Amino acid sequence: MILFELFYTFFLIGLFTFGGGYAMIPMIQEQVVNKGWISETALTDFIAISEATPGPFAINIATFVGNSVGNVGGALLATLGVILPSLIIIIIIAAILKRFIKNRFVQGALKYVKPVVLGLILSTAITICLKVTMFQNGSLQSSINIDKKSIILLVMMIGFMLIYKQVKKKSLSPLKILGICGLLGIIIFI
Amino acid sequence: MIPLIQDEICNKHKWISEEEILDIIAISETTPGPIAVNAATFVGYRVAGVLGAIFATIGLAIPSFVIIFVISFFYKDFIKIKFFDALFKGLKIGVILLLFSAVIRLFKSFKINLLGIIIFAIVLVVSIVFSFINITFNYLSLGLILAGIFTGLLITALSKRRENK
Repeated sequence: MILFELFYTFFLIGLFTFGGGYAMIPMIQEQVVNKGWISETALTDFIAISEATPGPFAINIATFVGNSVGNVGGALLATLGVILPSLIIIIIIAAILKRFIKNRFVQGALKYVKPVVLGLILSTAITICLKVTMFQNGSLQSSINIDKKSIILLVMMIGFMLIYKQVKKKSLSPLKILGICGLLGIIIFI
Repeated sequence: MIPLIQDEICNKHKWISEEEILDIIAISETTPGPIAVNAATFVGYRVAGVLGAIFATIGLAIPSFVIIFVISFFYKDFIKIKFFDALFKGLKIGVILLLFSAVIRLFKSFKINLLGIIIFAIVLVVSIVFSFINITFNYLSLGLILAGIFTGLLITALSKRRENK
């Protein structure tokens, strides 16, 4: 039964992901973390692992959660679940409905899904940030327990990224951001 | 990923023209589902029909699947080691920074109008309030996304009526 639930959950996530990668995170948090399949900490760890390994985030996270919950079968079904909506929808569009995308209603709907997704990602970023820096037992209802080292690292990195952008005229790449944070993490937290 | 798709599909294999691949990427970005998966399905379908779509999508999934499958076996043991625990504590800060910079980047690219900004603000406040009060509601994001879709449809329908008058 857990296998079917994995499949269904990731099918739903695939079906309602508008935009790439990070647009899935709010839904993963609700559907996967709230069900107790993986912890909030494991999810954040995994976002880092996924950034540092090749392949689309959607497939990476489905494989990871599927394997943690239901081993090989779980990994396969979760991955299948997350790709199936794309497969069905895109085949239909490619076969008969290519003009569908240009339709005013489709464009209108998309125009207002985008700010929703953006709001959801920002809210996820804020809650993860608060949990890591101020609520170390991972719940926003618990008492505040400030992690000074995390805050120092965060502020230092923001400063570094802003200076880098001024000097180099381009943003620091995601992999470099993770690399520097990981390295400083080892120095600060060990 | 997009430059890689263009190079492999258009230049090396000459399956699809440069112009059409841009169309495909645009469609992949607007339809539900992860962009990479959508693009693989679309290219597969254009080159070899339904079977092509299935094989292209499975092909895309296999490398990630194998790599992550192996990593997920080691993950639990790794984080027990002090060195990796410290590493991941640092990486968490990196993830936070990546999320915030993704929001900034998307905000710049979206060309949001005033109503869009209002919707963005409402969604932000509602979902933050929900994470602070002790209610676990698993369908908040999904509900808000559906509400966004209906708002868009409603506004399109209303603007049509105005044009007719």
